Amino acid sequence: MDLEYGPEYADFRREIEQFLAETPKDIDRRSFLQSATKRGYLYRHIPKRFGGAEEPFDPIRETIVSDLFDASAFSWRLGPQSTGMIVPTLLEAGADWQREQFIPPTLLGDSIWCQGYSEPGAGSDLASLRSTARLDGDEWVINGQKIWTSDADEAGFMFGMFRTEPEADKHAGISYLLLEMNQPGIDVRPLRQITGATHFFEVFFNDVRTPANWIVGERGEGWRVARANLKYERNLGGGPRLRQRFRAVLALAQASMRNGRPASQDPVIRQRLAEIAGEVRCAETMTLRQLSAAARDEDELVVLPLLVNKLYGTEIGEHIAQLGFDLVENDGLLAPTRSTWDSVSASADETDWVDQYLFELASGIAAGSSNIQRNVIGERGLGLPRDLRAGGG
Amino acid sequence: MHFGLTEEQNMLQETLRRFAAEELPPQRRRDHFDEGSGFDAELWRRAAEVGLPGLIVPEDLGGSGLEMLDLALAFEILGEAAIPGPFLGHALATLALVRGGSDEQKSKWLPRLATGEAIGGCALGEEHDLWEPEDWSLARKDGRASGSKRFAEVGPHTDVLIVGLAGGELGLVEKDAAGLSIEALDGMDRSRALAHLQFENTPIDILAAGDGVAGDVMDAARILLAADAFGAAWKLIRTTVEYAQTREQFSTPIAQFQAVKHQLANMAMEAEPMRGLVWVAAYAFDHRRDEVAREAAIAKAHITDRVVQIGRDAVSLHGGIGFTWECDVHFWLKRALHDRTWLGSPAAHRERLATLEKW
Repeated sequence: MDLEYGPEYADFRREIEQFLAETPKDIDRRSFLQSATKRGYLYRHIPKRFGGAEEPFDPIRETIVSDLFDASAFSWRLGPQSTGMIVPTLLEAGADWQREQFIPPTLLGDSIWCQGYSEPGAGSDLASLRSTARLDGDEWVINGQKIWTSDADEAGFMFGMFRTEPEADKHAGISYLLLEMNQPGIDVRPLRQITGATHFFEVFFNDVRTPANWIVGERGEGWRVARANLKYERNLGGGPRLRQRFRAVLALAQASMRNGRPASQDPVIRQRLAEIAGEVRCAETMTLRQLSAAARDEDELVVLPLLVNKLYGTEIGEHIAQLGFDLVENDGLLAPTRSTWDSVSASADETDWVDQYLFELASGIAAGSSNIQRNVIGERGLGLPRDLRAGGG
Repeated sequence: MHFGLTEEQNMLQETLRRFAAEELPPQRRRDHFDEGSGFDAELWRRAAEVGLPGLIVPEDLGGSGLEMLDLALAFEILGEAAIPGPFLGHALATLALVRGGSDEQKSKWLPRLATGEAIGGCALGEEHDLWEPEDWSLARKDGRASGSKRFAEVGPHTDVLIVGLAGGELGLVEKDAAGLSIEALDGMDRSRALAHLQFENTPIDILAAGDGVAGDVMDAARILLAADAFGAAWKLIRTTVEYAQTREQFSTPIAQFQAVKHQLANMAMEAEPMRGLVWVAAYAFDHRRDEVAREAAIAKAHITDRVVQIGRDAVSLHGGIGFTWECDVHFWLKRALHDRTWLGSPAAHRERLATLEKW
């Protein structure tokens, strides 16, 4: 075991810090992404002909870059649907022409994507989706409805799962299609959250059209294609993000008064902080295990961490949000004032703890609800039998 | 950067697992637990054959010269198999001598501790649930001490023990020392000895060399208790998974029911992240000295606390038989309960962490 990164990575770290220091503060995001890619820092795992940097496999370099970029003032992250979903999916399962056409503008933020997966009747049981696509000459004709579609108002494109084989079994009837959002027949309606903000949308399809070859993989392979991005989309767990949230709630405790002294001096608050500190340290070390295994191509060592990442992060996030809400006391009577995607930032001043406490509920619902996570941990992690269900599947 | 185990470390754990499987089949474990002294001479002798007593003794003094991480990995297996014996007291006494013994003390004791010929023990706790060096009040004057220590990992088998003294110093007391009386206790965890000690003008040798030896011993104890509990956690989870897969009710293995599945998933969700915490705390002991106090406090508080809950859930999931003495699950629950309470409660360590971190 050796927690030192060594001089090579220390040098690389300095190189990135230098790059950030030398980059003009008013640079636009597109230019920043281009510059970082040209130097081999970003999109390392993506071939050059698709707009990437095409650098050797090195998850540690990738993590150094993303950690330092996140800590900088530069806005660089694109929507998770783009770099986190459609790009890995196309790399894994797309045709070459699709990669050439779609990946480069996506990496620069020119093409914005939204995801058409969930439906009102298909959430945890996503494979039961009912929106259809029917081949009419050289176009698919799409009808139906998608829900929880983040960024649907901004997106120029959607990738989605549609039922194209009505005679086939549940999973085998689904195809993975790409489509343009700005066309007649698409109706985007906002969904208002309990926080008051709008981040998700419903999308209605009324004879929406897309070229026949805008299918990723073969007909009926959509379910497999959607799950194929794991090789390119490593989930290392949320250690650094949780550490940042812990620092924020600690700062809040130090800035709040309780019984005439800072809340961080209150024995009860100290116990709660220390409990959270234990969980956060565990999450950090679990992230480090996964990074180490990724760098050494030893994925078999971190099967359980991969399975518990999301649920563990949700639980810790809930404990932090609960403490934050308790600390703001009567401010909790007021409606959230800021509605950002993630209200927790490093300084206590900037965080809307009321919004965070409500928004935290989404963490246990979206992207695989907590009870689904428990099913997966039990079945794939512990070898427990699958649930009994009516009608199988 | 490598945050994982070496081949040698994996082999160490495999060797100890084989040792446990051969020397401690279920019935023998039950016999040891029923006997309840926390010491079996034959088992100790066999453990010495696989090198357990001398893991951290330098090689030139007859040991394996390994680090705290290796010792913690060994202790994970001790907890996993609930192996009875004075391994913790022995390890702490050994460590105290390695870090703080004079050359004379080292050459007198370490070779025999390394082979297991001499058995070490340790007495840190005092009345009113006090454990930390700044709270020790047993005073030494003119080479002798009078007073008491409580909940020591000491028994009739102990040849040499380290004792926490007022001022945060450590002393050495030998077996059959004048004025030393050992009152064996009926411990909850019958796999480990527990005793109250009385000293009456008992000769005590100071461990003079090495500043901060007491702090090292406390941090090592925190780490090893956490490692032991972590081992117990996975034993509890695997045992309960097996039970749930075989126990049928309503014509179905109970593992099929989502509530059972989810309880087990929650247990796994709690336990798996602890693995890295044990590693990082043990690694810090040898390689990140400015971080070890914090890491050890977190490890002891978090891991022992949550493993007790895992143990309680394991009993619940076993249903009625889980509540019987005959169903062995309670061995590991009690192992975890001992790990949680010995050396101070999670609350005490959490408050200590808050102070260390200057919140």
